[in-house]
Amino acid sequence: MVENIDVTLVDWSRWQFALTAIYHWLFVPLTLGITFIIAIMETIYVQTGKEEWKKMTKFWMTLFGVNFAIGVSTGIILEFEFGTNWSNYSWFVGDIFGAPLAIEGIMAFFMESTFIAIMFFGWNKVSKKFHLVSTWLTAIGANLSALWILIANGWMQSPVGMRFNPDTARNEMMNFWEVFLSPVATNKFVHTITSGFLLASIFVIGVSAWFLIKNREVIMAKKSILIASIFGLISTLMVIMTGDGSAYQVAQKQPMKLAAMEGLYEGQEGAGLLAFAILDGDKELNDGQDEYLMKIEIPKLLSVLGYRDANAFVPGVEDIVNGYEYTDQEGKLIQEPSAEEKIRQGRIAISALGSYRDAKKAENTQVADSSLKVLNKHFKYFGYGYLNDPKDIIPNIPMTFYAFHIMVMLGFLFLAYFVVALVMITKNTFHKHKWLLWIGVMMIPLAYLASEAGWIVAEVGRQPWVIQDLMPTVAAVSRLNASTVQITFWLFAAVFTVLLIAEIKIMLTQIKKGPNH
Amino acid sequence: MNKRKNLFARIFYFYYDGFSNMTWGKKLWAIILLKLFIFFFVMKMFFFPNLLKKNFDSKEERGEHVLENLINP
Repeated sequence: MVENIDVTLVDWSRWQFALTAIYHWLFVPLTLGITFIIAIMETIYVQTGKEEWKKMTKFWMTLFGVNFAIGVSTGIILEFEFGTNWSNYSWFVGDIFGAPLAIEGIMAFFMESTFIAIMFFGWNKVSKKFHLVSTWLTAIGANLSALWILIANGWMQSPVGMRFNPDTARNEMMNFWEVFLSPVATNKFVHTITSGFLLASIFVIGVSAWFLIKNREVIMAKKSILIASIFGLISTLMVIMTGDGSAYQVAQKQPMKLAAMEGLYEGQEGAGLLAFAILDGDKELNDGQDEYLMKIEIPKLLSVLGYRDANAFVPGVEDIVNGYEYTDQEGKLIQEPSAEEKIRQGRIAISALGSYRDAKKAENTQVADSSLKVLNKHFKYFGYGYLNDPKDIIPNIPMTFYAFHIMVMLGFLFLAYFVVALVMITKNTFHKHKWLLWIGVMMIPLAYLASEAGWIVAEVGRQPWVIQDLMPTVAAVSRLNASTVQITFWLFAAVFTVLLIAEIKIMLTQIKKGPNH
Repeated sequence: MNKRKNLFARIFYFYYDGFSNMTWGKKLWAIILLKLFIFFFVMKMFFFPNLLKKNFDSKEERGEHVLENLINP
């Protein structure tokens, strides 16, 4: 259907968005989590009156300040891109995307310009309690900012609570609460912010471990590890719990993403979850070959995760492309049309939209009404009408698969490390094991890797959709010259790399100076 | 009125003193300002216009343009 669009344009636009989102996400999760760790430390200071807690609070606040200063407003670039590179999408999503982003912008501005200022400038100028409240509000405010962004993202993954207006070509919000409380969005929000808490805990433990290796700031380092390991452990358990919730939602709303996450081509009842596997890179659709070169599987767990039933059928990539039907445990026949059929229906919907527009212009009410009925009947598969081939609904499977498994494996590694750190720090033996301390330092980049991998699963795994089933990437992109997008891609790559180097350099300098500076 | 003046003055001096007494933070503020300049002045003005707002005057025209893109991709 879409034959006039330059594929290079779509690819470069996607690369540009991915680059800015990945760089932006390097700064965000630390802010989400470390603000709470700082607030906990300051609470202990206010309760005990011990200066060492104040010194500790101020040290971690300094590192938060560096991260915040470098990272602030990197997300605004994504909004620029919506208007320039994704203008069809920006218009099509209407106020559903605009409203949460506007709330986020206003809220972030007021929270950040007031409470962060009090955090940094308010020592000895406002009361201890007022300062503490400001620190907590900074932490809550940063996470509330994430809430609005993730609601918007959740809607893209599972569009609910709206109606498409064929006169304006926009989606209109019909039920705010359905959008706000969408299970996809709520799971995504808690999963994302708790993963930020996890990353911040790893960061605090890693930096503290470095101090212990150098035999510096020993008391501060041990207390920081204690706080961070408890906070990290609780956060990791929440990450696992909401990860399970997210997997369940993905199974219901985005079965292709689930199939890609597990590299599952042929669906099966009682499907197992892969603990470890290597994909066969030569695997083709419907070739009858095995998907994996080797695998270690936990029996039936994927069916349990996806459908809360050990014997449930989990469709694979081939089932979703070819269409499938099965009878569930309650005897209900589930039928899913093939991608080809969905493409056919999508094209009918697009054609009906055209007929509706022409009839409205000609003031032919009868044809307009009948076209609208056809559009509404087939709107569920509207986006499929822009695809040329059933295979277009398959995302990049190796990237989604490995990103998912790296994320999960690292998540359980962090869980184990938090337990070990907590047990050993309470026994006061953690500092005696240098190899464990070095692992703590090396965990910092791994936490960032896991965090970015999570976004790759969420965003690459849902391709080709920008809005699930309604708008593919190819229909969302602005008709620009691909070379213009390439220029801005490299411009961003340069600016963000400079910012990242600046952050790492300033951060390392501040860590080396320690809390007494 | 006097009270309000005092409040505003206090807020002003709170920020003024905060910025004046910064040590390492001044470098960060320089980075923030430079970054905002690059983002909002250079990038937004020269590379990232809002295409629909730039090319069309009214909401109706923008809607019609997107509708055309959706119907005849």
